[in-house]
Order: sequence, then C-alpha cells, then structure tokens
Amino acid sequence: MSWFKRSKKNFSDDTQKMDLPDGMWMKCPECDEIIHKKQLESNLWTCVKCSYHFRIGSEEYIKVILDEGSFKEINKKMRSADPLEFSDTKKYSLRVNDAIKKTELYDAIRTGTGTINGKEISFGCMDFKFIGGSMGSVVGEKIARLIDKSIKSKIPLVLISSSGGARMMEGVLSLMQMAKTSARLAKLADLGIPYISILTDPTTGGITASYAMLGDVNIAEPKALIGFAGPRVIKQTIGKDLPKGFQTAEFLQEHGFIDRVVSRKELKNTLFTLLEFLN
Amino acid sequence: MAKTILDFEKPIYELEEKLAEMKKVSDNLDIAGEIKIIEDKVETLKESIYKGLTRWQRVQLARHPERPYTLDYIYMMTQNFLELHGDRTFGDDKAIVGGFAKIDDHKVMIIGHQKGRDTKSNLFRNFGMPNPEGYRKALRLMKLAEKFHRPIITMIDTPGAYPGLEAEERGQAEAIARNLLEMSRLKVPIVVVIVGEGASGGALGIGIGDRILMLENTWYSVISPESCSSILWRSWEYKEQAAEALRLTAPDLLEQKVIDRIVPEPLGGAHKDQELAASILKKVLIEELQQLEKIKPEKLVDMRLEKFGKMGAWIE
Ligand SMILES: [Zn+2]
Repeated sequence: MSWFKRSKKNFSDDTQKMDLPDGMWMKCPECDEIIHKKQLESNLWTCVKCSYHFRIGSEEYIKVILDEGSFKEINKKMRSADPLEFSDTKKYSLRVNDAIKKTELYDAIRTGTGTINGKEISFGCMDFKFIGGSMGSVVGEKIARLIDKSIKSKIPLVLISSSGGARMMEGVLSLMQMAKTSARLAKLADLGIPYISILTDPTTGGITASYAMLGDVNIAEPKALIGFAGPRVIKQTIGKDLPKGFQTAEFLQEHGFIDRVVSRKELKNTLFTLLEFLN
Repeated sequence: MAKTILDFEKPIYELEEKLAEMKKVSDNLDIAGEIKIIEDKVETLKESIYKGLTRWQRVQLARHPERPYTLDYIYMMTQNFLELHGDRTFGDDKAIVGGFAKIDDHKVMIIGHQKGRDTKSNLFRNFGMPNPEGYRKALRLMKLAEKFHRPIITMIDTPGAYPGLEAEERGQAEAIARNLLEMSRLKVPIVVVIVGEGASGGALGIGIGDRILMLENTWYSVISPESCSSILWRSWEYKEQAAEALRLTAPDLLEQKVIDRIVPEPLGGAHKDQELAASILKKVLIEELQQLEKIKPEKLVDMRLEKFGKMGAWIE
C-alpha cells in the first residue's frame, strides 16, 4: 500500500478519507493512528489518540451540534444559475452539476432550523467538499434568508464556516454576497438577536472577510486554518517562510479575533451555555 | 515621467507622430490637404480603437500609470480638502486617504484608495493596497461623517487588500468585514465610485453605498484577471480569457445590476484630459448627492439593504 509512505503534506481531503480495504478504517493524518469509522464517528470525527479534527461537512455537524432529528432544512434545492455562463478549462455549469452528483448537495451550504438541548436556533453549515465551500449567489442568498428566519422567529443564528472564499466563477456577484450577508447581519444586530460564528478548517478569503468574522461571539475549532489571504499568497508576497502556527485558530485567538478555540466535543455545550447568556 | 503607450494605442501614436512631422515641414510645402486627411484618420482611428476595447484592454487602461488617482480627483473637484489621518488604534495607513471637503455647496467626507506614481511614492502608498488600519481609518472617518450628518463619497482604486503577514496579524479579514456591516447601516448618503481598479474584498471594504458608479475604463470583480488565470487555468498566460470570463467592465456590471451608473471619460481614458475627467465626475457626484439628500436616513438604510439583498442569480 504505497499511500502509507506518503508524507503528511500529500494528504488532501480526499486521501484523508481513503479507506483501508474493507472500507471501514481511516488513518489520522496527524499521528497515523488507524481508526474504525464507527469509533471516529462516536468521537465526533476527532482522532482518538491525538484529537486531530477531521474535516467534516454539514451532515456531520448537524449530528455534532443539533438535537437528533431536530434539523428542518429550508431552501434545500436552491442552485446556481451560472449568471456569467462562465467557462475556464471547464464550463462552470458542468462543475456545478458534477459537484451536485458527487456530493449529493445542491450548493456549498445547508440552512434550516434545529434545536440545541431544546433551544431553537437557525443554523447554517458550509460544505467544503462542494467547490471548495466557495460562496456564490446561492450561499449568499441562503444565508440572507436564514438571517430573515432568525429575525422573523426571533431565534439566535449559528453559522459554521468552511470555505476557500468567494466563488470566482460567478464574478462580481459572488463578491456582492459578502455585502449582502454582512448588511443582513447588521439588521440582525440592530434587533438584538444573537449570532454565533463558528470557524472551521479552512475559513479564508471572502468568508472570513464577511459573516465569519462578524459573530457576537467567534468560535474556532482547534488548529483550523483561518485567514484573509491564503498562506501561499502571503508567502509569495513577503518572500519568506511563514512562522509556525501562523493563521491557526490559536493564532487568531492570540491576536484577538477569535473569542474562544473550542474542541468539537465541547462545541454543543459551549453553544448552549453561550446562548443562555445571549438570549 | 515618460509617456506610457499601451500596445493597442500604438497605431494612434504612430499616426500622430507622422502628423507632427508633416506639420513641421508644412510651411515650405503645400500639404494642408494631406494634413487634414491624416487628422481625420487619427480621429477615426481613435474612435474605432477606444470604442471597441476588449475587457483586458479596459483593465490596462484602468491601471494606466498616468491616470488620475483619488487625491488628484479630490484636488480637482473639491475645495478646502482637510485630510484626516489615522485609525486611533494602530496608525495611519497611507494606502487609504480621507477627509472633509466641499464639492460645490456640499460638505462631504471623501475617502479613497491612494496609489503612488513612481517607485518612491508607490512604496509610500503600498501600491494602493491597504492594511487593516486603512479600513479602520476609513470607518472611523465615516462614523465621524455620520455623527455630523455629512454625506460620504468613497473612491475605489486598489489591486487588493495587502496580503501580508502583519495584515493577517492585525485582522485584515475582520477589518473588511466590519466595514461591510457598519457601512450598510450608516445613516448618511454614501456614493461609491470606482475610479481605477476594484479588486475584490479590498475594494468592497469601502464599497457599500446607496449609489455605485464606475468610470468608463475601470474594472471591478471578485479577483484580478491574472490571479483568476493562475488559479483556474493554472497559468498566468490566460489573463485575457479570464478578463472576458469574469465580465468585469462597467457595462458588464451595469448589466449585472451591481452598479447604478457609468461615468464617461474623455476619449482614450481619464488621463488624456484629467481636468475634463474630474469635471464630468464632479457633475455626476453633485447630481447623485442632491438626489440622496432628499431621502430620510432610515429610508436610505432600508433601501441600501434591499439594494444589496437583490444582488445575485440563483434557481429554485
Ligand atoms: Zn491522531
């Protein structure tokens, strides 16, 4: 099994999930521990040995955070309209179709309502596996409507981010989703409805520079990569290697932009406690 | 500074040179007729070249080193400009300038990205790429304007927010995000005008307003054509295609309902006649301010929210 010999750096999201022959085992990219899928799930997709946080999506976060069976999805089938009829090496419309087929999602975020220990919230969670969790019109509009839901039902908003930034195949309209979501959050704030932002690995670009940084409380998962510019771009700009731990959740907490780094196992309880203070 | 001639402008300059030579010798020769023909030809050529620009050529014009920058416009359009410095927290970012000014009878706060014109001034201005304190200075000045009921004009001209180590440490993302939120609820009119380059979050960070205008030869998008090329085509060579695909010119953005109005420039670009460019923009800004000042502050904020709320395209 040659993939065992690969260095840690070569483990992309996909290889992380590469299964051992019987399909039920996963390898921790941090400490090489081999973990059974069931065990991983019961440990909330964190390594049993080193507590490395595996990258997960909306399906898993719904289980991590919301009470079982409480999630009611809204605007589920909203999908991209390809406003620019964009094409690079591949047509954007095909990219979207392929992503839908591969992920069984319609775009890079799912939104709805649910409960945390019985407390109702509006809840949105991004999926990095859908075109890098990029924000185009669908993500922006779904978040805007979710905020409206919070306003209408007077319930707190919780958003989980995981994204490479704006979706460039939608051009300037994707940039405008930063404006749209942030403006809607201003309205939510004016009405005194709480918003908790959870930043997971990775949260960069236009997402960090809009709603992800605008929580009444900003929470991040341990070691998550969080930043405005990507590490490669910064390295190119300054022409030097980046210091160890640069742009991690802990780094952001140290510099005053994250209220708290919270491990996945503590996430639900922390949210519940916070909501009791905020609501 | 030596004149910068873009590739696609070369035929015009060649013809103009020829014309100049002919004029020099015209005293001794009877060539007035020929001169007239060449003059007409120059005009026709200018029309055909500048009216048929590709998207990439517009990007080149938007970056033209002789183009007027924010402070040039401020000095040409306004009186009593009083620059105010600093974010009250960290320092004074030179890539964003701002202060009070009078434009006709309107007392406004005017804020914009500022590029430099040579190596020294470009280093001083960080090539128009703000650090977080630039965005925070802009917000401080905007809140000052709000407190004293002054409308705000912002001028966008940046290749992007600075992607540096310290910018990250000081919260580039948070600074931009905060501006988006706060600008959306400022209770004074805001007119935004893209005067050069509008690159991504670095542009949008001072780009929320009631009216969004673009000068004729500017671009505004989520990413520069070069970076888009390098990410999607995995090569820097596809910038022309990327510019086409991104649909980033003023007419494109008007069609996508992201901007409200295109401000015409002198033929060949704002740098061909800076005074004229500034006077056209001044007239437009005054018109816009007069309209916006009639609207009650609460209504203005609601309309702003609705304006950005409509942007996007989706299927359901
Ligand atoms: Zn491990």
